[in-house]
Amino acid sequence: MNDILITLLIIIIKLGLIFAVVLTMAAYLVLAERKILARMQLRYGPNRVGPFGMFQPVADLIKMLTKEDVCPAGADKYLFLFAPGLAAVTALMSLAVVPFGPTIEIFGQQVPQVVCDLNIGVLYFLGLSSLAVYGIALGGWASNSKYALLASIRGLAQLISYELSMGLAVVPIIMAARSFSLTDIVMAQESLPFVLIYPETFLIFFVSVAAESKRIPFDLPEAENELVAGFHTEYSGMRFGLFFVGEYINMIILGSMTTIFFLGGWHGPLLPPIFWFLFKVLGVAFVFIWMRGTMPRFRYDQLMHFGWKVLMPIALLDVVVRGGFMVWSLGG
Amino acid sequence: MEIMYFYLLAAVAVASGFMVVTCKSPVNNAIALMMTFVCLANFYVMLDAPFMAAIQIMVYAGAILMLIIFTIMLLNLGTAVARKGSHSVVWATVLALLIAMQGYFVINRGEVSGITGEITGEMVKKVGHTELIAKSLFTDFLLPFEIASILLLVAIVGAVIIAKKEV
Amino acid sequence: MITINHYLVLSAVLFSLGTFGVLTRKNAIVIFMCIELMLNAVNLSFISLSSHLGNMDGQIFVFFVMTVAAAEAAVGLALMIAFFRNRESIAVDDFSLLKW
Repeated sequence: MNDILITLLIIIIKLGLIFAVVLTMAAYLVLAERKILARMQLRYGPNRVGPFGMFQPVADLIKMLTKEDVCPAGADKYLFLFAPGLAAVTALMSLAVVPFGPTIEIFGQQVPQVVCDLNIGVLYFLGLSSLAVYGIALGGWASNSKYALLASIRGLAQLISYELSMGLAVVPIIMAARSFSLTDIVMAQESLPFVLIYPETFLIFFVSVAAESKRIPFDLPEAENELVAGFHTEYSGMRFGLFFVGEYINMIILGSMTTIFFLGGWHGPLLPPIFWFLFKVLGVAFVFIWMRGTMPRFRYDQLMHFGWKVLMPIALLDVVVRGGFMVWSLGG
Repeated sequence: MEIMYFYLLAAVAVASGFMVVTCKSPVNNAIALMMTFVCLANFYVMLDAPFMAAIQIMVYAGAILMLIIFTIMLLNLGTAVARKGSHSVVWATVLALLIAMQGYFVINRGEVSGITGEITGEMVKKVGHTELIAKSLFTDFLLPFEIASILLLVAIVGAVIIAKKEV
Repeated sequence: MITINHYLVLSAVLFSLGTFGVLTRKNAIVIFMCIELMLNAVNLSFISLSSHLGNMDGQIFVFFVMTVAAAEAAVGLALMIAFFRNRESIAVDDFSLLKW
C-alpha cells in the first residue's frame, strides 16, 4: 500500500512540475519570439512591462482573462466552446511520454524523469499529433465564418499530408533503436546522435515538423493577409489564448521530439542531462523563430505539391534504402 | 475499481454510439464517433493490446474520421438543408433488437473457456505487444499482409479516378 | 472482475446501435459512420476474445479490418464527392438511378 502511495505521489509531483515548467516555457517562448523577431526586423519588441519586458506574458494573460468571451451568432455553440480545449489538451498530453533525463535516485527511490515510459511511445506521440488536427478543424467549422472554414480545410489537408512524411521519417530511427520507447531511442544515441548518422532523415523530419507546427513558411491555416486570422478568427479572450498557448506547447513538443529522435536527447558533456535537454529544445524553437523571420509563405498548391510529390517519395525511398542497408549490414 | 472504470467507459461508449446514430448534424455525429473510438482504445489497453489501441487512435480517429470530417466540410453539409425524416424506425428497432438478442443468447449459451493459448498478460508485458504482433504478422500472415497492401494501392488509384472531375 | 462477457455484451450493443443507424438514416456519410461503428464493435469482440484465449490471431484480424476500413473510407468518400457534384445531395434516396 505504501509503495503505491509513493508511486502515485511521485507521478503527481512529476505532472505538476512538467505542467508548471512547460506552461511557463510556452509563455516565455511567446515573449522570446516577439523579441527575436523584433531584433531581426530592426525593432525593439515589447519592453514596457517590467525590465526588458519580462512581465509581458503576465500582462497578456491578465488581458486575455478579462476580455469578453464572444460566441458568434449561428455558431455551433458546444463545438465552438469545446474546440480550443481540445487543441490545448492534445498538445499537453504528448508530454506524458517525453523523457527529460535518465533515471535518478531520490531518497532511495528509482525515479525515471518521464511521466510514463510507454513501450509504444512513438505511436502515442503520432496518434496524439493526428488528434491535434481536430482542434483546428472543429474550431474553424463551428465558427460559422467563411475565413475560418477555409482555414480549417486548409489546415486539415496540410496536417494530414505532412503527418505521413513525419511518420515515415521516424521509421529509420525506430529501426536503428529497435524500440518504440522514447527512452530506448535516447539511450541508443549515447555515443552519437542520430542526426550525424541519418542527416537526410533529419531533414525530412524537420521539414514535416515545421509544417506540423503551422508556422511560417507553412502557416496557411492562419495566413493573416488572406484569411484574417485563419481558424481562430472568431475566438476572443481565453479561448483564443488556449489556441495560442496550445500552438506554443506544440512547438515545445515538436522540439523535444526532434531532440529525442535526432539530437541525442539528454546526452551531452559536462552539464547535467536536463539542462542539455532543455537547451536542445530551445535551440530547435529558436530555429523555428528564425525561419519565421526569414522565409516567405508557401502558396497552397505549392504546399500540397511539395508534401505529396517531393517529401513523401523521398521519405519512402529513405525508409527502403536505410532498411535495405540495415538488413545487408546485419548479413541477413 | 477496474470494473467501475469499465462501466464508466462502457456507458460513455454506448451513449456516444447512440449519438452517432441520432444526432442531426453530421459533424456532431463524427465527434460522437471519435468519443467511441477513444473509449474502445481504452478497452484495448485494458485487454493487454496497447499496440492495437495506438493503431485504433492513429488509423480510425486520426485518418478515417479525419477524412470523413474533411468531406463534410468540403461539401459544407452542415449548412445544406438536411432531408427530413428517416427510414422506418420501427422495423429498424425490431431488427437491431433482434441482433442484440441474438448476441445475448450466443453469449449466454456457455462460458468461452477451456482453450488457452500461450500468450498471457505477463508475457505481453515482458516481450512487448508490438513484437508479438510483428512476429505473427510477418510469419503466419505474410500473404494476407501483402494482399492488404495491394488492396490499399487499388483503393488509392480508385479514389483518385472517381474523384477526378473528368476522367 | 471484468469477464469476457462484459466486453461481448458491450460489443453486441454497439453493433446493434450501428445496425439501427444504417437502417434509419438518410445521409450517406452518417450511414458510413454507422458502418464504422459496427466494424469497431466487431473489432472489440475480436480483441477481447483474442486476449481471453491467449492467441494473437484475433488481433491480426483486427489489423486487416482496419486496412479494409481505410480503403473503404478512401473509395466511399470519393464516391460521395462524385455523387454530390452531380446531384447536390448525398441522401441515399437520391442514389436510385443506375445511370444519369
